[in-house]
Amino acid sequence: MATALMTAPTEISWVDRLRAEGPDGQAAVADLHALLLKAARFEVGRRAAELSHVRGGDEEDLAQQAADDALIAVLGKLDQFRGESRFTTWAYKFALLEAAVKVRRRAWQGREVPLEDEAWRALSDAGASAGRPAEDAELFAALREEVERLGPRQRQVLIAVALNGVPIDVLAERLGSTRGALYKSLHDARRKLREALAERGFRIETGGEEE
Amino acid sequence: MDRDEILGKALGPGAPELTCEQCFEELDRYVELKLAGAAADERVPGMRAHLGGCPACAEDFNSLWDLVTREGD
Repeated sequence: MATALMTAPTEISWVDRLRAEGPDGQAAVADLHALLLKAARFEVGRRAAELSHVRGGDEEDLAQQAADDALIAVLGKLDQFRGESRFTTWAYKFALLEAAVKVRRRAWQGREVPLEDEAWRALSDAGASAGRPAEDAELFAALREEVERLGPRQRQVLIAVALNGVPIDVLAERLGSTRGALYKSLHDARRKLREALAERGFRIETGGEEE
Repeated sequence: MDRDEILGKALGPGAPELTCEQCFEELDRYVELKLAGAAADERVPGMRAHLGGCPACAEDFNSLWDLVTREGD
């Protein structure tokens, strides 16, 4: 079981080869780029439908850009590779991330972020679903009130990302922020909403991690 | 979206979770622990809750899982 989690000789050799000077090091970098390009093409390929409305059919360009950016990231973080996974798995995640972010941003290029009205409609529809007990209507009305009480940034992120399905990387780009910073806003907003609804007597279970 | 889906998205997992940065840091280890049949959720606490709350990180996990498992076939 632990075999895959230990630093195997091939993992050491990847790092050593990439640190080598001269032709050996250059060959290792070329091998790494090929590995990252494979992962980037995999990610762009599985997301091709998101780009179907985009003119140009430049999936290969996106994959190449993602591999190039991932190569810089991997080489810059080589000292952080702890050998707790295979080197290839560790490296793949950089290429997959770069490719996914590029596809999401390209797919949303020129698109408006949905307005609050669409989120309110979803909440109203959920609260008014046929056959639902009256408590649901009260719950969703209370939820809307509490969302409106959030600060502007938390409300904006919650509505765009959680309710309207805007990719967090797209919103981050438009707001000049990062995925991590926006997710913290979302996390804090969710915590406030849970606390507020609990104070109002609603018991919410949404299948969180069991402790 | 139905009732539970909206509540899940609006209120999140409601459990301690990793940040996006921590998730990315641990993603490869988490995937390989799962591949090895190890107790990944115990070894990387907060990962499962974060993947339940962050759609982008969940997609990153699914992509890495699919790529690595496809290579293992």
